[in-house]
Formats: sequence, C-alpha cells, structure tokens
Amino acid sequence: MNAAFFYALVGVGLFCTGLYALIVYAHLLRKILALNIMGSGIFLVLVALAKRTGGMAADPVPLAMVITGIVVTVSATALALTLMLRLAAKTGRAELPEERRE
Amino acid sequence: MDKNRCLLLPLLLVLAMGIGYAVLSLPDHADGLQKVVAVKMEVSGVSNPVTAVLLNFRGYDTLLEMAVLLLALLGCWSLAGSSLQVGPASGPVLDTFARLLSPLLILMAAYLLWSGSHAPGGAFQAGAVLGAAGVLQLLAGWRLRPCLTQILLRLALIAGLAAFITIALLMLFLEGRVLQYPPDQAGILILILETVATLSIGVTLAALFLGGQQEQKDKQ
Repeated sequence: MNAAFFYALVGVGLFCTGLYALIVYAHLLRKILALNIMGSGIFLVLVALAKRTGGMAADPVPLAMVITGIVVTVSATALALTLMLRLAAKTGRAELPEERRE
Repeated sequence: MDKNRCLLLPLLLVLAMGIGYAVLSLPDHADGLQKVVAVKMEVSGVSNPVTAVLLNFRGYDTLLEMAVLLLALLGCWSLAGSSLQVGPASGPVLDTFARLLSPLLILMAAYLLWSGSHAPGGAFQAGAVLGAAGVLQLLAGWRLRPCLTQILLRLALIAGLAAFITIALLMLFLEGRVLQYPPDQAGILILILETVATLSIGVTLAALFLGGQQEQKDKQ
C-alpha cells in the first residue's frame, strides 16, 4: 500500500466521520460543517488517487475537478449559512426539531 | 436515541469498509488522463496542465462554475434580512493589520494569477486570496460607498461569467466549437479569462461573506 492509498483511505475516513455527524447532530451549523468535512474527504480521495502515476506528474483532470469543487463548496456553504441565519431569524432557533418518542 | 446510535455506528463502519475496499481494489498504477493531457499540452497555450484542463480542455466546467458562484450570491442576496451583523469599526490592531496586509494580498493574488500559466496557481487561487483581502477589509469596518455598489459592484460580479460567455460564443462563430481556442491565441485568451475571473471570484467571495447585508442597506 503506497502513500496515495493511505491518503485515499484517510479521505474515506473523513467522509464517514462527516456522515456520522450529519446524521447525529440536530444543530444546522453542525450539519453544514459535517457536509464540508464530507466534501473534504471526497476531495482528498480524488487528489490522492490522481497521484497513482508512479514518478510522473499527477493526473491533472481530478485536480482541476477538485479546484472546481472547492469553489462550489464555498458558495454552497455560504448559501446554506444564509439560509440557516434566515431560519434562526424567523423561528429563533437553528436546529431541527428533536424527534420525540415516549 | 441511544439504540439508534448503536445501530448507526455499525452501519457506518460497514459503509467505510465498503468504500475503503473499493478504493484499495483500484490498480496500484494508473495514468488516468495524464498522458492524454500531456500530448495536447502544446495546443493549450499554457504549460501548467491543471490550468490547461481548467481553462481550455474543460473550460465548460469553469464557465458553469462561475454561474454557480453568481447563483449562490443571488440566493444569499434574495434572503436578505438575516441577523448577520458584522460589527462596525474594530480595534486598532485589526485595522492596522488589514491596512498592512491588503496590499500584500493583492500583490500575491496578481502573482498567483500570473504564475498559473506555468506553475500551480491560477484564477481560483488568486480569486480566493483577493476574496480574503476583501473579507479582511470588511471585518475592519470598510464598506463600499452606495454609489459604487449600485453599478460597479454588480459589473465586477458578472464580469467573469460575461467574459466566459462572450469568448465562448466568439469561439463558436470563429472556430466552430464552444470554447475551442485557436492554439496561437490560446495563451492570451486564457490570461484574459483568468484575469476577469479572478476579479469576479474575489468580489463574489467577499460579497458572499457579507451575505444579505448589502441589499439591506440599499433598501434603507
């Protein structure tokens, strides 16, 4: 197992950690952060797998996709945060309602 | 709740193992599209393969990406009325820091933009640095004068997408394909696109940071 696969597996770990946080926490800010961590995991997988070229330069196409993805993530995060603030301003809370089971 | 969490952890573990197995089962050595890109590098107009892919071979992605940035900002602005309030003038430390750092950040953005043609760098990195300079200034209490926000700000925001669409259409008529540059002029076309895109990305990121506040001020 070389370095590329190590980093790719770290990316998979980040993705699953983010997914866990996305499901477990009710606060929307945490959910947005969790989505960002999931995205970072995916970027790490893409960048790591692009470097499986032996000694040669990395495959530029996944790298370009990651740059595109980062910008889209930033803008999507900004929109999500604005939505969250709007929700907080309307309802006074930025959480999803807890599920009640009694 | 605890029962759900107990169920969730093994499920996620299975998922992680599944994806991990899929990743590990990929071949150890794969060139991907690296060789395809390397063969075509001489007609791309730049010598950095990532820039060539972003602005030339897959320019369509970048064109749509500028549209996504603009759409996100429009979404933020239409949600104006949020409780986001950046405090007015901050302490002297941040003020001095912002004054010192902003020219450096602008210089660095220009360098990143220029070096993008032959080394890692390019429009997005430069735009991000420019956006950081804008955010720093906004944090230090700097605001655009209203006369500037009306036209100039909006022009800067749409400039990137407009330049992309203009060049794409121009190429459609001249070369027969959208965003297919003639090899001789590819370098200069990419530089123009990147410069305008850098400005747009920087301004958009700073405006996204400000959120709906700007619009709110306009209404008042």
